[in-house]
Amino acid sequence: MRRIISVLMENAPGALSRIVGLFSQRAYNVDSLCVAPTDDESLSRLTIITHGDDKAIEQITKQVNKLVDVLRVVDLTENTHIERELMLLKVATPSDAIRAEVKRNVDIFRARIVDVHAANYTVEVTGTSEKLDAFANTMKLSAEIIESSRTGVCGLARGERALRV
Amino acid sequence: MKMMSGAAMVVEALKDVGVELVFGYPGGAVLDIYDALFAQDNVKHVLVRHEQAAAHMADGYARSTGKTGTVLVTSGPGATNTLTGIATAYMDSIPMVVLSGQVPSSLIGEDAFQETDMVGCSRPIVKHSFLVKRAVDIPKAIAQAYYIANTGRPGPVVVDLPKDLVNVADSHPYVFPDDVTMRSYQPTHKGHPKQIKKALDALLSAKQPILYVGGGAITANAESSVIALAEKLNLPVTNTLMGLGVFPGQHEQCVGMLGMHGTFEANKAMHNADCIVALGARFDDRVTNNVAKFCPDATIVHVDIDPASISKTIKAHIPVVGSVDSVLEQLNAAMPEIDEAAQKEKLADWWVKINEWKAKGCLNYAKSDEIIKPQQVIESLYKHTDGKAYVSSDVGQHQMFAALYYPFAKPRQWINSGGLGTMGFGLPAAMGVQFAHPEAVSTVVTGDGSIQMNIQELSTCLQYNLPIKIISLNNRALGMVRQWQDMIYKGRHSSSYMESMPDFVKLAEAYGHIGIRVEHPDQLDEAMKECFSHKHKLVFMDIAVDQNEHVYPMQIKFGAMDDIRLSKTERT
Repeated sequence: MRRIISVLMENAPGALSRIVGLFSQRAYNVDSLCVAPTDDESLSRLTIITHGDDKAIEQITKQVNKLVDVLRVVDLTENTHIERELMLLKVATPSDAIRAEVKRNVDIFRARIVDVHAANYTVEVTGTSEKLDAFANTMKLSAEIIESSRTGVCGLARGERALRV
Repeated sequence: MKMMSGAAMVVEALKDVGVELVFGYPGGAVLDIYDALFAQDNVKHVLVRHEQAAAHMADGYARSTGKTGTVLVTSGPGATNTLTGIATAYMDSIPMVVLSGQVPSSLIGEDAFQETDMVGCSRPIVKHSFLVKRAVDIPKAIAQAYYIANTGRPGPVVVDLPKDLVNVADSHPYVFPDDVTMRSYQPTHKGHPKQIKKALDALLSAKQPILYVGGGAITANAESSVIALAEKLNLPVTNTLMGLGVFPGQHEQCVGMLGMHGTFEANKAMHNADCIVALGARFDDRVTNNVAKFCPDATIVHVDIDPASISKTIKAHIPVVGSVDSVLEQLNAAMPEIDEAAQKEKLADWWVKINEWKAKGCLNYAKSDEIIKPQQVIESLYKHTDGKAYVSSDVGQHQMFAALYYPFAKPRQWINSGGLGTMGFGLPAAMGVQFAHPEAVSTVVTGDGSIQMNIQELSTCLQYNLPIKIISLNNRALGMVRQWQDMIYKGRHSSSYMESMPDFVKLAEAYGHIGIRVEHPDQLDEAMKECFSHKHKLVFMDIAVDQNEHVYPMQIKFGAMDDIRLSKTERT
């Protein structure tokens, strides 16, 4: 089952490599990883998409929690939560018809065209991973995708739950 | 405020955390630190012959005292040579700090001479590591390293020190931190009261309970609490390979070691138990055999300071996160008045069964008039040391024979690489033990394979006058490999015998020690006596033992705990 593990850790050199190393050392799956400092710059927040049965996920959260640099670990999928991922897509726009079709899809998905070039558009879209998949699949039908880049998922629990020191 | 060089800060910080002894080997990146060591008397340095052995010595020192062992090595090969020793300590949760030199900061990443990414290389086998970036941070990094290494579930910590930081020509303010606690590292010691209550209820309502006690009980110095609990409730106790001695091997409630080469009675009692209380043990694969068939009727109470150890292989019904000593104290405090006679009566049927299993005499073996049996060497060692020696072991058949035939009375007496199974561990570990306990009898039980993996340390033993007694069971083969080949590979002994074995007696003599060769059962007692009469000399006992002997009991692969081979011909 797909899980979103959120980790609050010291924003220290080597901390990220310990997390990544742990996943490979213990043969845990990483589907995506997203990391950046938080509003408190001494801390980093990391979101890992992984999958596994309950036993595997229990081990993952315990082992991550055991790392000396890690302050808190939570499985966001245990409760209601918000998750978002951002994707940039560069699509070829060789004709007016394709440009129009791309623009229509961008509007339908509430994406944005962020760069325009003679032969291509760069589009930004935010949402759940499923929405990003759906958008990319739709775009493929009408235009050639030149390149794409996704940030990986980040997420927060809904309501009063929070991951903080 | 004291001003000093980075190198002097390293030594000063070691002194301030209470380090007395450092095991190490000099080299380019740590010459400044060695110069600072030379200038003082507070921290003694032991010069080894190979950095791997330095780590094992620090490990033996740590296991026999509970204090943190310290290693100092140079960058590159000096550092990488310690990795096996670090992994050994990591697997057995031994507190150790490894100070490794590093190339100057400006050269890091440039493939400089003797550069390796030590923090990266050691990452999967350390509890934590520090790459120090400023000289003023040295005292704090060292203080935190020792704090992390020896609190919670202990483990090795690496401190990597770039050469430019420790330059003896520089001067920096030295401030030893008052507080080393970290917001991200707060180990739990006390068990949750609700879990304590549940554990107690399970234990008191059990009709066939057993205590399964591991190395965590030794780390927590919980031996007297374990004995008190077992005696109060008349519980049978099994020790893991790592826990031997925490409950006395000669105690009538002791059923011996459990697991792959555990006793018949220990594995039977585990399999038939209705309540297993694991104290600082981790249900590893050498204990459980097939997890799907593991102890079907047992309620499992798992006490461990490391939450990640709980329910990792076997699901715990009642997990208790906490140190063994604290949890046992809490259990005792919550214990109702026990009518000891009634409790005895309640477990009477259980003890009848256990005593039947014990009566099988699973450790009996056939002696010979012609050839020495390895088991009898260990029995003789036990006799000649009054059961009181420190016994460090290498890895293989001799390790299992020592574990089974030397009933340890006290924790920290048995020093072995249980988790990683590191051949070459025994001799340097026994040296660490001897440094920590100069007056004690420090012995090594080893074999002709293992001893050759760190035999160069015989030279270090001479330099420091370490009167270690090496009991080498020489069967001219890699015994445990050969045993498996006999059992599983139809006796095809692929690379498990050794040709061109050295003359170990002459070798010992060449290193300045005493060597004694023993070939016949009639000579064993006298030779052992002679060995221990040399109080101030190292003696290497090269004892020719039966090459065809197997270690039994042995669990049958993929079976339950109590599916056991008892001899070459008998099985359950």
